[in-house]
Formats: sequence, C-alpha cells, structure tokens
Amino acid sequence: MSVNLDLSFLHDTERGAASTKYRDEALQGVSNSVHASNFTAPAVEDFDAFQREVINYVKPAHGTTTLGFIFEHGIVIAVDSRASQGPYISSQTVKKVIEINPFLLGTMAGGAADCQFWQRNLGIQCRLHELENGKRITVRAASKLLANTLYSYKGRGLSMGTMIAGWDLNGPGLYYVDSEGTRLKGQRFSVGSGSLFAYGVLDQGYRWDLSVKEACELGRRAIYHATFRDAFSGGTVSVYHVGKNGWTKVTGDDVGELHFHYYPSEKIDEDSLGGLGKKEAEERAAAEATAMET
Amino acid sequence: MFDAREDALAGARQHANWSPYDNNGGTVLAVAGESYVICAGDTRMSSGYNILTRKFEKIDKMSGKTLMASAGFAADAVTLKKTLKARCKQYEFQNKREIGCVAFAQMLSNTLYYRRFFPYYAFNIVAGLDAEGKGAVFTYDAVGSYERTNYSCQGSGQALIMPVLDNQLKTVSPLVLPAASSATPLSEQEAIDLIKDCFATAAERDIYTGDSVELWIMNAEGVRKEEMALRAD
Repeated sequence: MSVNLDLSFLHDTERGAASTKYRDEALQGVSNSVHASNFTAPAVEDFDAFQREVINYVKPAHGTTTLGFIFEHGIVIAVDSRASQGPYISSQTVKKVIEINPFLLGTMAGGAADCQFWQRNLGIQCRLHELENGKRITVRAASKLLANTLYSYKGRGLSMGTMIAGWDLNGPGLYYVDSEGTRLKGQRFSVGSGSLFAYGVLDQGYRWDLSVKEACELGRRAIYHATFRDAFSGGTVSVYHVGKNGWTKVTGDDVGELHFHYYPSEKIDEDSLGGLGKKEAEERAAAEATAMET
Repeated sequence: MFDAREDALAGARQHANWSPYDNNGGTVLAVAGESYVICAGDTRMSSGYNILTRKFEKIDKMSGKTLMASAGFAADAVTLKKTLKARCKQYEFQNKREIGCVAFAQMLSNTLYYRRFFPYYAFNIVAGLDAEGKGAVFTYDAVGSYERTNYSCQGSGQALIMPVLDNQLKTVSPLVLPAASSATPLSEQEAIDLIKDCFATAAERDIYTGDSVELWIMNAEGVRKEEMALRAD
C-alpha cells in the first residue's frame, strides 16, 4: 500500500490573489521575494550624502582576510575571524565562512550585515531551486543568483566581497562575486584588506598537485601571514576543504598560538600544532630564515 | 513616511544640518552562564552635555525567555522594541507558542537589516535561555549583523567594559578545532558582582554612564531584578 500526498499545490501557478498575499506575508524576509520595496527609504533629497552621514553614526562591522583556491584534490577556503568598527575590534570570533548547504560555501568580506543577510538569502534561493528542480544547484548558478541580487542593489552602498565555492556535477567551482556586480570564475582568489599579504604567500606556495594536507597548510599559512601584517585581520584562522562529498572544516587555530608555530622561539608544544610535526615546523622555520637572508 | 519622501523628491526644503539621529548614550551588558543569563544596563539618558533623565530603562522583556537591551538613540530603540513586541505577538498567534530567544535573535537581525538604508541608530543585545535552558547572548551592529556569544557590552561604556569582561570571562573561541567547551566559568552570584563592578568603574570615566544600574537575572525559576546606585554627577 502506498501513501499518496497531494502535492499539486506546489505546481499551482494560478493561485488567487489572497493566497499569494498570504504567502508573501509568511515568507517576508526569508524568500527570494525580498525586493527593494521591503526596505525603508529615508525621506531625503540626496541619498548618497545621507548614506555617508549614516556610516559615521552606525559604523557597521567590517570583515577582513579570506582566500580560496582550486587544486588537484578540490578546493581550500581559509579565513580569519576579526571584525572591526573603526579602530575598535568588535569581535574576534566572527564566522566568515557561511555554510550555504553541504556542498556550497560562501566567504565574507566587507560589511558583516550585508554578507550575513544576502548569503542567508542565497541559501534560501538555493534550497528553493533544489525543491523546484529536484537536483542541487550548480556553483555557477548559485554565484549568478548572488551576483544578480547584488547588481540590483548597485549604487545603494552595499559592501561585499565574497567567494562562492562548491562541488557540483562539473567538479570543483570557485567564483568571486562583489557588491559592484563583478562575478569572476577563477582558480585562486583572495579578498579583503589583508588579501595582498595572503596573495604573496599563496602565489609563492601554490602548485596544482598539492596534497590535501599541504593545501590546507598553505591556506592557513597565507591567512596567518595576512593577520601578522594587516591590523584589520586576526582572531582565529579557519580552513575548509571542499571535495566531491561536500565540505569539511579541517583546522581552526588561534592566531596567538599559531605565531609560536611559525616563529618558534622556544620549545614547541607538539599537541598544539594541528597535525604538523615538530620536525616539519622546524624545517619550515629554517627554510624561511634562509629565504629571508637571500 | 513616504509622503515625506515624496515631498523631499518634489523639492521641498530641508534644513541643511538637520539629522534624524541623536546619541542618548548609556551602556548595556549581558553575561550568559550554564543555566542563567544576566542582562544589565545603566539608567541615565543624556543628550550632548545634558542629562535628560536618571531613570530610563534600557532593558525590556520581549517574550518569556527573551530580554533585550539597547543603547544609542532612545527614540529608535523604543520604536524598535515596540515593533518587535508586536511581531512577537503575531508569531505567537501564527505558531501557537511563544517565540524562543534564538528565533527572536534572527527576527531582530532581519528587522534591523530592512532598515539597511535608513538604520535604527540602536546598539542591541539579546539575552535569554535557549531551547536547552542554557544562557544565550546575541550581540548586534546597527544594521543587523549578529553573533551568539557568552558575554557582550554595547553603548558608550563598551570600550571601557569589554576589556574587563575579556580578561575575566574569555574562553576558547568556538571556531577553534578540536572544539572545547566555552561556557562562562562563573556562578550566578559571581557574575552579578562582576557586572556591578563593571558599571561602577565605567561610571567613574564615562560621562554617559551613571545614576543607577538595573540587572535582570533570568534562570529556570523566572526573572528577577536587582538595582544598584551609581555616581549621579
């Protein structure tokens, strides 16, 4: 005996005005029906000048160094966790990797509220896509959904620099999307105020045939060095790996402790190295010392 | 509101230096424990160098398990709380149960973000007990970015108090692997004493914090209030 569920309402496009209104109300704030008219507009002549004034008052929390790269065995995503409001550190424990679904990750740089809200919105859009089509959304489509949303708000002062990373039927995918409307497909990206420092380490250490362990270590090292030179980056370094079975969080290290790992002055506590041996750490330190001399 | 906007667009005059915002100062703070949460705030309200009142409550109960405290622009904070209370009632009628503090936290974030282009100039903390009865603190920026933490302080005394709380209460970051427990190590009474000390010292150095501090203590038994006098000068 089988149980039949009447799912016809899912396909009912001829809904009455009343039920549509009810649905819109129920989904307000959580569906892709989010549009400009939901946002309260200020009663001012000069919108841009008002936004500049508001920024001085509310000082929204800003995010900082993120990176992502594709290699032979998938994608590595690494981020810091600091948020600052002007010179004040408003948090050292920000989650800058947003877990959209088990196969998709988003990273966060720029305005924290903008990133949190629109990536949550993207998660909803991706889930609706799944329900409508019976299969997971591609990374290409997901990044395009976000880029289209952001483009529709262009000129309104949103500030976001994000990467969308994931695994779909085309294999690994990595896109850079920002609030200006840019959408780029690529193999290596770094975003945020510490991105130049991260690029320096990343481009120097990158190889296509990196092992998963080496790749994760490269990501961690690049973000660590960005936190060392960029005052707006810090907190903890989180590293994610995306493979064909979805993403996993690989490491999470406090920068204060990583410092003694990359610049060991005294004996290293083996347990705090997140899987790296003492010998390996010493060899790297020696190699870095030689590199600095030459 | 949109009439005013149409007026503006039609070229109606506005004073060149008019602003819809004011800063009324004040400090709010919350600490979460294993089975309690404490939400505290001073009761001074100022504008520039004038003290407007010494008995302005910055904390409100939003639902059975949720407290909310706001510093910043009092008019925006009051309006925001009024709107949220109405939405809590709506939630109750639609879902036949009271809103929990985790759902409330998300609702506040959305409410703030829908004013992304004309923000509420309010800095909020939500304190409550989660579904497991554990203390929860959520801390916000003005446009809705939020995070669950064990303790937080917002408002004019933030930069004075936060370092003290970090020093006394900081635990391993929830982002660190392997995961470690990050519950606040203090008992309820120890936390109450720490909070009173924090406000007493902030009142010594911040002109916008003073008069008195109110503490709302929430645990399995319910909510109770304590009050302590602060400097009134």
